[in-house]
Amino acid sequence: MLDTLLRCAAALVVFLTFPLIIGQTEHKVMAHMQGRLGPMYAGGFHGWAQLVADGVKFAQKEDIVPAGADRRVFQLAPAVSLLPYLIVLLAIPVGPDGFVGQAVDAGLFFVLAVMGVGVIGKLMAGWASANKFSLLGGLRTAAQLMSYELPMVLAAASVAMAAGTLSLPGIVDAFEWYWIPWQAIGAFVFFTAGLAELQRPPFDMPVADSEIIFGAYTEYTGLRFAFFLLSEYAGILVVSALTAVLFLGGWHGPLPDDLGWLWTVLKTFALAFVVIWLRVTYPRLREDQLMRFAWTVLIPLALVQLALTGVIKVAIS
Amino acid sequence: MSALFAAAGPLEPAARSFLSPTGVEIVFLLVGVAVLGSALVAVTTKQLVHAALWLVVALGGLAVEFLLLTAEFIAWVQVLIYLGSVVVLVLFGLMLTKAPIGRSPDADSGNRWVALVVALAAAGTLVTLMVDAFRSAWIDLGAGGGSTRATGTSLFRHWVLPFEALSVLLLAALVGAVVLSRGGGRGKVPAPRAGRLRAGKPVGTPGRAVPAPAGPDAGAPKPADPAPAASTTPPQER
Repeated sequence: MLDTLLRCAAALVVFLTFPLIIGQTEHKVMAHMQGRLGPMYAGGFHGWAQLVADGVKFAQKEDIVPAGADRRVFQLAPAVSLLPYLIVLLAIPVGPDGFVGQAVDAGLFFVLAVMGVGVIGKLMAGWASANKFSLLGGLRTAAQLMSYELPMVLAAASVAMAAGTLSLPGIVDAFEWYWIPWQAIGAFVFFTAGLAELQRPPFDMPVADSEIIFGAYTEYTGLRFAFFLLSEYAGILVVSALTAVLFLGGWHGPLPDDLGWLWTVLKTFALAFVVIWLRVTYPRLREDQLMRFAWTVLIPLALVQLALTGVIKVAIS
Repeated sequence: MSALFAAAGPLEPAARSFLSPTGVEIVFLLVGVAVLGSALVAVTTKQLVHAALWLVVALGGLAVEFLLLTAEFIAWVQVLIYLGSVVVLVLFGLMLTKAPIGRSPDADSGNRWVALVVALAAAGTLVTLMVDAFRSAWIDLGAGGGSTRATGTSLFRHWVLPFEALSVLLLAALVGAVVLSRGGGRGKVPAPRAGRLRAGKPVGTPGRAVPAPAGPDAGAPKPADPAPAASTTPPQER
């Protein structure tokens, strides 16, 4: 019982700190890549206090619910959007020998299933705001998340086939170095679809701030808006960690495994950096391009990967 | 089902009784009450989107029930398919068509008494069946009976044929839905508007003429252009 509580507390601490680290990294990486000077000043050295300033800013803003909104649903939406990522973090293995919040038998499936629930929060936000741009954004979110869930699940299924298990620690245990070339297509599909699930640029059509203001989050202020942002950063953490665990071998590294968890964290942050990098460098896809990309590129690629995995699996067994 | 239960452990005779429930059984009943309550709210509330959201609660509660029965895999399937997809589709459809904030006076159905009778009859049949089948049987849970391995084994070893038949049935339903939704109305099927991935053109406002863009692929298909859809149009009988 105590063990379980400790593990939950540890997952909570990770949940509360790592997304903030990713947020701060984003500030810095964007500042360097785009020559933005603003975030470099707050607090002196390299703008270390920028995130603190952001937090204070969010906390002091008034929490407004629009008069025409559906109060209860409007207020619940950020929580519904944020909590799935916390629950998912519990099941992601960080190191060998049970270094995981809670080892779930069908962990891969659990993770994908729970992540899918976050859509409901965004739909609730979009609808309850009583704002046509919010509704439009919410509907775009739903359409996008439904479309990209399929390639994500298919790519994950390929890894499960290769490892012969659905358990996340089991998959990392079964990892061999040649998985990286073997599952490369799947890794690409999974990571790209994960990026789209997060609605990060270049897949941020649902929140396109220059066209539909901020999509489902238009009417949100203060802490509730911060929760949505936090869920985005927690999402980066989850997607990067999952990609690292499924496709890059988790705690396996070139050096001996006694510092295994460090490899997982390093890979996760490297992938998070790629996520930020893509945001800074790619233009936004148009809505129809977005959908087309999912259905005509990612899903066929995922199916190809699935077939490839099956063929090689039969060949080597 | 029987194979699943066989994997779950021996069916014990009435060594235990209803009067001494274990903790899991109590939790199971409490969650069941919550599911029933949210399901009732879902069908009685006058606010359409709230109904769908209560459905989320009810289906989530069902997933918890599956977990309590150690059927882990089924629980996650429930979450992935029903919470993550079906309810989202329902919400999507509702919000796209009609979902005012507040009450919808036209949401009342004229045949709600018929619906109530049908629902009660269905529930009565199922409850009677279940009580009759498992009257005094206790199944030992917790022996990994509902694990992914056990589910997969029973599904793909003993129940492959029904599984495949169901798949074909669902596929037929899917194709039927596509045909109905595309050719159900009167008149022509509207042409898809979007172009290729690279060569799509923004659709102009109807009042103003869209200036023809210069370039090799000028002359984007207009919204009413039926030509691209001609090959994909299902045959219609009139």
